[in-house]
Amino acid sequence: MGLPALEDRAKFIRKETVRLSRIAGAGHYSSTFSCAELLATLYYDQMRIEPGNPDWPARDRFVMSKGHAAIGLYPVMADLGYFDPSELDTYTRLGSKFGDHPDMKKVRGLDFSSGSLGHGLSVGVGMALAGRMQGLDFRTYVMLGDGELSEGQIWEAVNSAGHFGLRNLVAIVDRNGLSIDGHTEEVMSIEPLEERFAAFGWEVQRIDGHDLQAIRDAFDALERADRGKPQVIIADTVKGRGVARMEMSLDWHVGNLVGEDYDDVMAELDAGLKPYEPEAVE
Amino acid sequence: MTTDMQDESEIFRGTTTGKTLLRNSRSVRGTPKAGMPAFVLGEELADIADSDPRIVVGTADLASANRTNDFHDRHPDRFVNFSIAERNMITAAAGMASCGMIPYVATFASFSAILAAEQIRTDCAYPNMKVRVLGSHSGMSMGFYGTSHHALEDLAMLRCMAELTVVCATDANHLRAILRASVEHPKAMYIRLGRGRDPVVYDDVPEIEFGRAIRLREGTDLTIIACGSQVRASLDAAEKLAKEGVSVRVVDMFSIDTIDAAEVKAAAETGAILTVEEHNVTGGLGSAVAEVLLDLPRIAFRKHGVPDRYVEVGPPAALYAHYRLDVAGVAEVAKELMARKG
Repeated sequence: MGLPALEDRAKFIRKETVRLSRIAGAGHYSSTFSCAELLATLYYDQMRIEPGNPDWPARDRFVMSKGHAAIGLYPVMADLGYFDPSELDTYTRLGSKFGDHPDMKKVRGLDFSSGSLGHGLSVGVGMALAGRMQGLDFRTYVMLGDGELSEGQIWEAVNSAGHFGLRNLVAIVDRNGLSIDGHTEEVMSIEPLEERFAAFGWEVQRIDGHDLQAIRDAFDALERADRGKPQVIIADTVKGRGVARMEMSLDWHVGNLVGEDYDDVMAELDAGLKPYEPEAVE
Repeated sequence: MTTDMQDESEIFRGTTTGKTLLRNSRSVRGTPKAGMPAFVLGEELADIADSDPRIVVGTADLASANRTNDFHDRHPDRFVNFSIAERNMITAAAGMASCGMIPYVATFASFSAILAAEQIRTDCAYPNMKVRVLGSHSGMSMGFYGTSHHALEDLAMLRCMAELTVVCATDANHLRAILRASVEHPKAMYIRLGRGRDPVVYDDVPEIEFGRAIRLREGTDLTIIACGSQVRASLDAAEKLAKEGVSVRVVDMFSIDTIDAAEVKAAAETGAILTVEEHNVTGGLGSAVAEVLLDLPRIAFRKHGVPDRYVEVGPPAALYAHYRLDVAGVAEVAKELMARKG
């Protein structure tokens, strides 16, 4: 897919996030906006998948370890044909397949359930080990939040992936800088991330996570092999990217846009990303 | 306290007496001898894996203690040692299961069921992954290693989790039966094991079905419903009581969730039920049986197990005697209950 088309799909993810949040009366806008370009590139450009055949054993896997960003994943999966987009209108309503955190038993094509932070990379380790045992060359992508890197289990998984040499495992860190209570480096520091992953035997790239060309280049640089170093892409992003009032704001981890605010934000998203101006936010 | 009560606790590196390697005293399939180490875990799984490429085994730096090293010897490509990282192991097992493998991951019950309870719920049971979590050295069988290594709460913690099958292995042959039946079982499982030197109850591999108890002895005055290590003790206590004119039925209620309600109801017809388990009396087998009895006319009933407090340290046999979970103790408690029955 060309970069303009990917840009359009990232916009689609943000707008659907805003739309679905209104159905629920609350949504994780900003955590989803930060990974919109990453998610679009993965699903529309990179992953080896067949939406018509979601159980294909050799398909690439995706684990949304930061499960609260599922609201941005569901529309992508619907758009690709895993299920009927109209089903999304039930989002979070009683009996819906689509909760704030995703359930693989209910969502066709979802490779694993998530929501409890810190688990996803271990799931990916298991998938990568299974691929090795089965002699399949699929790749497992795991989208990690930066806040969840404080979970100890993440580092058990990082350690084991390095030890087992799981080159077929790719972690993507949505390094948006904030967890619920504040800046990650104030709440619990996780830097220096490149050095930390490298010390555990991982191959590290660090990119601008909103630059589609950079994202594509990083994915293109990955190797599809079984043994070797596991690979991580640390994507520096802006939490809430795309809606000025949400960018790096601690007020919008979970929120609800209604009335004119809703219309304003949709119009802002329609206009496309403006240059990010951190000094404008207070 | 006599010397023979001072039974040693498990020695981690796979020795029974400090002299004989467990590896060298492997039991013969289907015909274990009394007193022989009953840990057939790795051996049985390796047998199953010979014809089933989906089987994978993991452990957390306890391959010697739980004998998964026997599996490693035969299927090194399908064995994963996750080291001392139990949560990663159990979640990774779920990841493997999502790709069609059937993982059996084993460590001490205290570090599988208790340390990684959330991983069992959220990553195995909830997404319906066919993971088999094995908790060995359950109860207080770790003896003098202390509370950190005891698992007297695992049944209570796990039986309230939906879509998780919880079973207790009684002895070596019973464990074989469970493992064979587990392969095609459609749900996540927790399989509770003793420490591998469990006294023999089953001379051959029994026919089993999850959710169905095994009635081992008929009786009319009292039914003892037991699981795990307490089945043998209960059978021997029943034998002792028979000599005193008390007719005791003994049921191996190895399937904790789903419990065999029909067998509990049948037991109620004897007018008295004693549950016996190496577990805290709160929330385990006794509670599960009591929940069935709530719907029935009142009978003499007692839950026997470890009281709701952290137990003393000591050699396992001494602890069983202290908490009346040996033959004499179970017989005594049974007589107390019979006195109440009147």
